[in-house]
Amino acid sequence: MSEALQGNVERSALATIWHGLSLTPEFRKGLAGTLGLAVVATVGKIIVPIAVQQTIDTGIKSGTPDLPYITWAVLVCAAAVVLTALAGYIMNVRLYKATESSLASLRVRGFRHVHDLSVLTQNSERRGALVSRVTNDIDQISTFMQWGGLMIIVAFGQLFVASVLMLVYSWQLTLLVWACFVPLVIALPRFQRLLSRAYTTVRERTGDMLAAVSESVVGAAVIRAYASERRTAERIDRSVDANRAAQIKAQTIVGFVFPLTEIVAALAIAGIVLLGVSLGVSGDITAGKLVAFLFLVTLFVSPLQTATEVLNEAQNAVAGYRRILGVLDTPPDVADPGEKGVLLPRGPISVAFENVHFSYPGGPPVLREVSLEIPPRSRIAVVGETGSGKTTFAKLLTRLMDPVGGRVTVDGHDLRDVRFSSLRERIVMVPQDGFLFDGTLEDNVRYGRPPATREEIQLAMTELGLADWVEGLPAGLDTPVGQRGESLSAGERQLVALARAYLADPDLLLLDEATSAVDPATEVRLARALEGVTRGRTAVSIAHRLSTAENADEVLVFDAGRLVQRGPHAELVTRPGVYAGLHASWVSAAHS
Amino acid sequence: MASKVTSAVMRQGLRVLGVAIRTERAVFAMAALASAVYGGMTVASAWALGWATQNVVLPAFDRGETAAGALWTGAALIVGTALLKAIGVAGRRILAGVVQYRMQARSRRDVTKQYLRLPLSWHHQHPTGQLLSNASADAEAAWAPLAPLPMAVGVLVMLFTAAIAMVFTDLVLALVGFLIFPAIAVLNLIYQRRLSPLATRAQQLRAEVSEIAHESFDGALVIKTLGREELETDRFRRRAHELRDANIAVGRVRGLFDPMLEALPTIGVLAVLAVGALRLSTGAIDSGDLVQVAYLFTLLAFPIRALGWVLAELPRSVVGWQRVQAVLDAEGSMDYGDTPVASSGPAELKVAGVSYAYGQAEVLHDVTFDVPPGRTVALVGPTGSGKSTLVQLLARLVDPASGQVLLDGVDVRDLPYGAIAASAALVPQQTFLFDDTVRGNVALGLDTGDEDVWAALRLAQADGFVGRLGDGLDTRVGERGASLSGGQRQRIALARAVVRRPRLLILDDATSSVDPQVEARILHGLRDTAHASTVVVVAYRMATIALADEVVYLDHGRVVDRGTHEELLVRCLGYRNLVTAYEREEAERAAIDLAPAQDAEEEEEEVSA
Repeated sequence: MSEALQGNVERSALATIWHGLSLTPEFRKGLAGTLGLAVVATVGKIIVPIAVQQTIDTGIKSGTPDLPYITWAVLVCAAAVVLTALAGYIMNVRLYKATESSLASLRVRGFRHVHDLSVLTQNSERRGALVSRVTNDIDQISTFMQWGGLMIIVAFGQLFVASVLMLVYSWQLTLLVWACFVPLVIALPRFQRLLSRAYTTVRERTGDMLAAVSESVVGAAVIRAYASERRTAERIDRSVDANRAAQIKAQTIVGFVFPLTEIVAALAIAGIVLLGVSLGVSGDITAGKLVAFLFLVTLFVSPLQTATEVLNEAQNAVAGYRRILGVLDTPPDVADPGEKGVLLPRGPISVAFENVHFSYPGGPPVLREVSLEIPPRSRIAVVGETGSGKTTFAKLLTRLMDPVGGRVTVDGHDLRDVRFSSLRERIVMVPQDGFLFDGTLEDNVRYGRPPATREEIQLAMTELGLADWVEGLPAGLDTPVGQRGESLSAGERQLVALARAYLADPDLLLLDEATSAVDPATEVRLARALEGVTRGRTAVSIAHRLSTAENADEVLVFDAGRLVQRGPHAELVTRPGVYAGLHASWVSAAHS
Repeated sequence: MASKVTSAVMRQGLRVLGVAIRTERAVFAMAALASAVYGGMTVASAWALGWATQNVVLPAFDRGETAAGALWTGAALIVGTALLKAIGVAGRRILAGVVQYRMQARSRRDVTKQYLRLPLSWHHQHPTGQLLSNASADAEAAWAPLAPLPMAVGVLVMLFTAAIAMVFTDLVLALVGFLIFPAIAVLNLIYQRRLSPLATRAQQLRAEVSEIAHESFDGALVIKTLGREELETDRFRRRAHELRDANIAVGRVRGLFDPMLEALPTIGVLAVLAVGALRLSTGAIDSGDLVQVAYLFTLLAFPIRALGWVLAELPRSVVGWQRVQAVLDAEGSMDYGDTPVASSGPAELKVAGVSYAYGQAEVLHDVTFDVPPGRTVALVGPTGSGKSTLVQLLARLVDPASGQVLLDGVDVRDLPYGAIAASAALVPQQTFLFDDTVRGNVALGLDTGDEDVWAALRLAQADGFVGRLGDGLDTRVGERGASLSGGQRQRIALARAVVRRPRLLILDDATSSVDPQVEARILHGLRDTAHASTVVVVAYRMATIALADEVVYLDHGRVVDRGTHEELLVRCLGYRNLVTAYEREEAERAAIDLAPAQDAEEEEEEVSA
């Protein structure tokens, strides 16, 4: 996990859980009642030993059972059993409701927070890790709360009430039972660490195996083209076998640890018989109490048998809590000013950069002393080599990041003071990678403006000159695009992304090499259509080819993080400098 | 989907279990034996306790003295049965794991062998996610009932011995057991049947929640730039709340049945005490018998549920097994011939009347062209014209529906396995790197020295950045080459092709993510050294096309025209439109530029009006 999302507070396990629970009032509500019910439910466990003791001691004195008394005792106990079962049911349902509601709200809160984090923070973390924060981590807590958490309450309760009853019956035998189980309790954390390590290995091996298997599917074409089936199969077999070996090893540890408790319990029972008989001979204990002890010992078995697994779950749950709280504790460094923010009126937008500096945390400066104005309704092309700062410029202009020094203003307002809802409506960027959602073409275009009708979407496609392309698709606007748009080609995805941004109807449209994967004929058609539809708006294009720069009102030339030249193409091309160099290499690439 | 325990599902499920038992006969037999020891010893331990009560405890209390022999015998019986039982438990658990995980691993290996064996056309018809889950989740689900299965066998042994023990102890007390134990088993079965569909639904929703999070975080930039965070949160919240409700539904069923399953054996013990007291008063049993039966009830209450667990896993197991089996049963391998192929000099390629369709949609129609040895041919055409499909046919990743692809005059279907890979190297549009070192990715099993690898990297203009990587050739590129940029990945994929000195080099838009200047250097390098290769290249860029001796222009899956670039420019309108789009645009601009002032004025008027 990266530094960025750890939050800045180091908390102990208990403090972590406490902080997590304090964020979710759904959990605390009625918790006392649930715990009360838990106590009632565990009391049910000692009914059998008591009934056995009563039957033997009071019922079967000198071999002649007192039948009315036994019948009465059994009926009372049966009523108690039903009552405790009922308490158990109500407790379970309350616990499930409380934990699931609180975790659902934590999940949604975490999800929203990830989206509120800046692009910079989001990119510092692998996508899969972010997804885990709102899925696996929460599921882990949920598993613990429902299974392990309940177990812990029941187990402690069971050990407690059993011990109390034991003490009432005979302190000597109680000491004996404790003496047998205490070494096991001391050893349990060791077993748990052993098991936890084994499970960690299993998880790692499973990850390796999934990665190896996925290569055989995702890399199917390359594997066949290079006839490396055998090599791939060997790698998969190795990882599958390593995974199997790790699983069996973990299972073996469980297999050895689990029955230990039974052996200890048997030793305790044998000890009870031996010691109990000598106590009985000296008249310190009744036969019924001694037999009841034999039943009470079984109450120690199941809590201790499952203790290693429960401890494991508890550890996972705390780790899960830490990770999700780490996300929630990370402040969004590009924050929405919210209610007190400025609302921009509709109409063409002007932009100004005032002595803007930018560098990534701990990195060298990426933009230095950039000052410029973009007048409303102008068409701007931004050019420069890879790494010159073009994309950073675009990210600052759309406030995906904030400058380290200086400020960016729109219509005279500092971008940091503009309400997000207003900003995102007025300024829209089309990134190079045309990301699409799993749905139809229509769904994806509508994402730009959710209330848009089908007719409006058709009209937008026509205005962009894409109607023919849409008609050529198997199901027109209803064509499913597949996961992340994979059913379409890279160029087609860019077309949809552009239509989506166009439908959003922004006052400033920023294109970051948004048509780089489209074939030349289509790209030219599209450029022309865009020119028509963006008339009257401000348009900024990060250019990857010559004609975009040639057609712009003004060209901004970036080099090594600085704005080195600006002006219309015709003017820049005649002057010696960075632009003239770029121009020459474009021309040679296109005509060689 | 089958999530209910119907009799058909049960039959199928038992058949699946049968497959596992036959495959791992010896280990399963040992696991069942260990479990039988566990079952028998559970009953024996209750009997030992009863014996100790009757022969040690009660005499001591009655007479105030103990026979030392009986005392130690009692203790030894208790500890001895417990030790044997513990051995049985350990053996059962460990061996059940061995059977389960071995079967899982076997399925995974078989399934992935199929993935590697089946033709690419089969892969095209199956989504990636489905294939991955066949090998992971489905293989796991198929053999999940194997974990509790030996225990269930042990429980059957346990019930059988318990029944005998109780009948021998006292027929009336045995009747109480015969009422309670089937009741527990039936109640647990009802429990699992009600739980199973709910648990499946919760599992399904967990996957859906995860899918939304994945997609949403992948599209974070789009969501941010359009300000759709609230919309996305709503979408996520709806599914998260469905999951919450599903989990609570699971909880209600668990919350209801768990206390009932706890209470039932307790009621049983109480019944034993009441009935036992009655029997005791008539002298039919002694107190030891009563303790033994009561203790048996406490011990049996939990394991008896194992029968339900096996049954509960069966529906999931059947679905998983069927999915795995569908992959294993998939037909359609590629057949290979045994015609030897020339091993040196540039290859000759002929494509004769080739057609290909994805399902109903024909993407290539009667395509014919040839590439003489040592020549370079460019395939040009608009997006969706069938170029990438054609390229896959050339490398025999798929076979044509009709027509022939001939390498050195031999139909590629008549060549032995590996022959095409040895002669031809394809660099696909979508680069794929393995989670391996740079060297491993370039060599890809080819026995070659570092010098050759460096030479190939140099040709692909990749030597510079590879040299700057921490471990040079030994640097691991990460899953799918995640640690490299798109352009860097493409260049490594290119080096992978050229290091093999292929007799036929096929480039499918293989330098699209590379800067134009770097691309030019790569292409010139290739031209200088590729004299030993025949080259087929898919391209848009004029600089690439200009390197070709001949151009084949494709549109809508047909060869529209072929000839030199200059010839096509003159006589093929579609080709001219495509490759000169930028230049024509420039020219038109220049013409329009004559009247820009007028345009601007009009616009001003519009705005002010």
